[in-house]
Amino acid sequence: MADVAIPRAKPQLSEDNAWTQLKHNRNWLGFWFMVPAMAFLIFFLAYPLGLGIWLSFTDTRIGRVGHFVATENYEWLWDDSIFWLSVFNTLLYTFVASALKFAIGLYLALLLNENMPFKAMLRAMVLIPFIVPTVLSALAFWWIFDSQFSIISWSLKHLGLINQNINFLGDTTWARICVIFANIWRGVPFVAITLLAGLQTVSPSLYEAATLDGATRWQNFRYITYPLLTPIIAVVMTFSVLFTFTDFQLIWAMTRGGPVNATHLMATLSYQRAIIAGQLGEGAAISSAMIPFLLAAIMVSWFGLQRRKWQQGESND
Amino acid sequence: MTDLPTRSIDLKNVLSGSAPTADHSEGMSYLQSVPRRLVTLYLPLAIIVIVLLFPFYWMALTSVKPDEQLLDLDRYNPFWTWNPTFKHFHKLLFESYYPHWLWNTMYVAVCATVLSIVASVFAAYAIVRLRYKGANLVGGLIFLAYLVPPSILFIPLATVVFQYGLFDSPLALILTYPTILIPFSTWLLMGYFKTIPFELEECALIDGASRWQILIKIVLPLAIPGLISAFIFCFTLCWNEFIYALTFLQSTSNKTVPVAIVNEFVDGDIYRWGSLMAGALAGSLPLVILYAFFVEHYVSAMTGAVKE
Repeated sequence: MADVAIPRAKPQLSEDNAWTQLKHNRNWLGFWFMVPAMAFLIFFLAYPLGLGIWLSFTDTRIGRVGHFVATENYEWLWDDSIFWLSVFNTLLYTFVASALKFAIGLYLALLLNENMPFKAMLRAMVLIPFIVPTVLSALAFWWIFDSQFSIISWSLKHLGLINQNINFLGDTTWARICVIFANIWRGVPFVAITLLAGLQTVSPSLYEAATLDGATRWQNFRYITYPLLTPIIAVVMTFSVLFTFTDFQLIWAMTRGGPVNATHLMATLSYQRAIIAGQLGEGAAISSAMIPFLLAAIMVSWFGLQRRKWQQGESND
Repeated sequence: MTDLPTRSIDLKNVLSGSAPTADHSEGMSYLQSVPRRLVTLYLPLAIIVIVLLFPFYWMALTSVKPDEQLLDLDRYNPFWTWNPTFKHFHKLLFESYYPHWLWNTMYVAVCATVLSIVASVFAAYAIVRLRYKGANLVGGLIFLAYLVPPSILFIPLATVVFQYGLFDSPLALILTYPTILIPFSTWLLMGYFKTIPFELEECALIDGASRWQILIKIVLPLAIPGLISAFIFCFTLCWNEFIYALTFLQSTSNKTVPVAIVNEFVDGDIYRWGSLMAGALAGSLPLVILYAFFVEHYVSAMTGAVKE
């Protein structure tokens, strides 16, 4: 619509001098309007992104300009068992946390979509974990999972289920479970509320018709809710996977990658190598190694979006 | 089956549940008996909500417990305290840099948010309404920028910040946070601008208004709900940001709340928990209060960005 209307309003301007062109021509005007946003994104996003890839091919350290060393960093990482451990951790963390976030989030969204008293208040309360800064809630989890004074150990002991405190963040398996749990806790509200927004657009008459035809609750969900919700699920899950994969703060606040690197993700490992140990080149190589995974996630998002447009039967909105 | 799943989300109704669709759903709930609803709906919901809120209860409780009760779980019931103390908060406010940190966080968050919103308003308006050559491509690129996570940018950004001489200055954060915020708020505002009737702008153009006047006098007043959403959501993201603040700031007094609490309060002291939790609580409260006032805007920002 916009394409049609504007040129009609000012066709005479095309013959004006250069200055008026700069002020009124749609393309130039668009350019001026884009300058602030583009300046930020080019100087602090696109340039660093390229610089990061370049750094990963150099032996730069903090305070020393690096030289081009070709793929030496990557070759070094290839033989580094800690790096592979971090890749494994990241994939495990992303996969388990995203799957559970999706399952619990969808379940919570379905529950919240029911009619009940104090609905608005419940929905507002559910979102609180998403609002509070991750690091601060991670600290609360750190205290809840304390090795000596954990409230969970205390409760289980008083229920007679265990005899000794569980060493939550000191044991490799428990530490992984704890950080994944904290991540799910933090991510569920986002998934639930966005899916709830999708659920509310599904017309109830579809359920009524299906129920009249004898559909069970499961069939209602499987053949009405789920297909109509697929597009928004695709987008939400892409975001969820993306942000879980690149998570840093939760791990850093709770375990700093310990015990014995069992919870080191690629992001935390690259921070440790680049900033703490000063090996900028190596750290950059680790974070560049995350890019292929991110591209895969973006492709999923893109196809998810395409599919939605196809479902809507519209080319553009 | 003509209902479109995501197109017509009425954002404001997500929380209040007052959408017409939500009202109708009562029509089928009579099919379920009360005991059945108790087991399939209220019980699981109660469990999930308790798990989601328990860490905050624990945070708040710990921050007002006296030290001896914190570590002695056998003589005192750990789930409640009868003699709360504000000692930890006192220590926080008067014996640490906490007010400084709070101020830094606020200052960085407000500046970065304002910068990003201004830049995003122009960009979104240009993409949606000026429709210059390549506008769709630029819109797509901005969406891609949204998907670039800070954890792969912080290393090269650290060298950039160092080169520009911004290291250990709040300006480093004010200039780098917009890279996270601009893509998000541009997409959000694009959605809002699309809903403003184009005829309004046509009228103004015919009456001789310039693009600038149209933007300031017509589009922005109509997009105020969108601007509020974008503003508070960006503010929350800034407050929450960790890795840039951790990397670019060094001196204790310059830090932001999340970084400072993790680095400065975590020492060997076994009695640190009270002040640590008090710090975490005080750092979360401003956002929770903001959230309480603008619940619908948060939700529309969250779902709006995904919807696009």
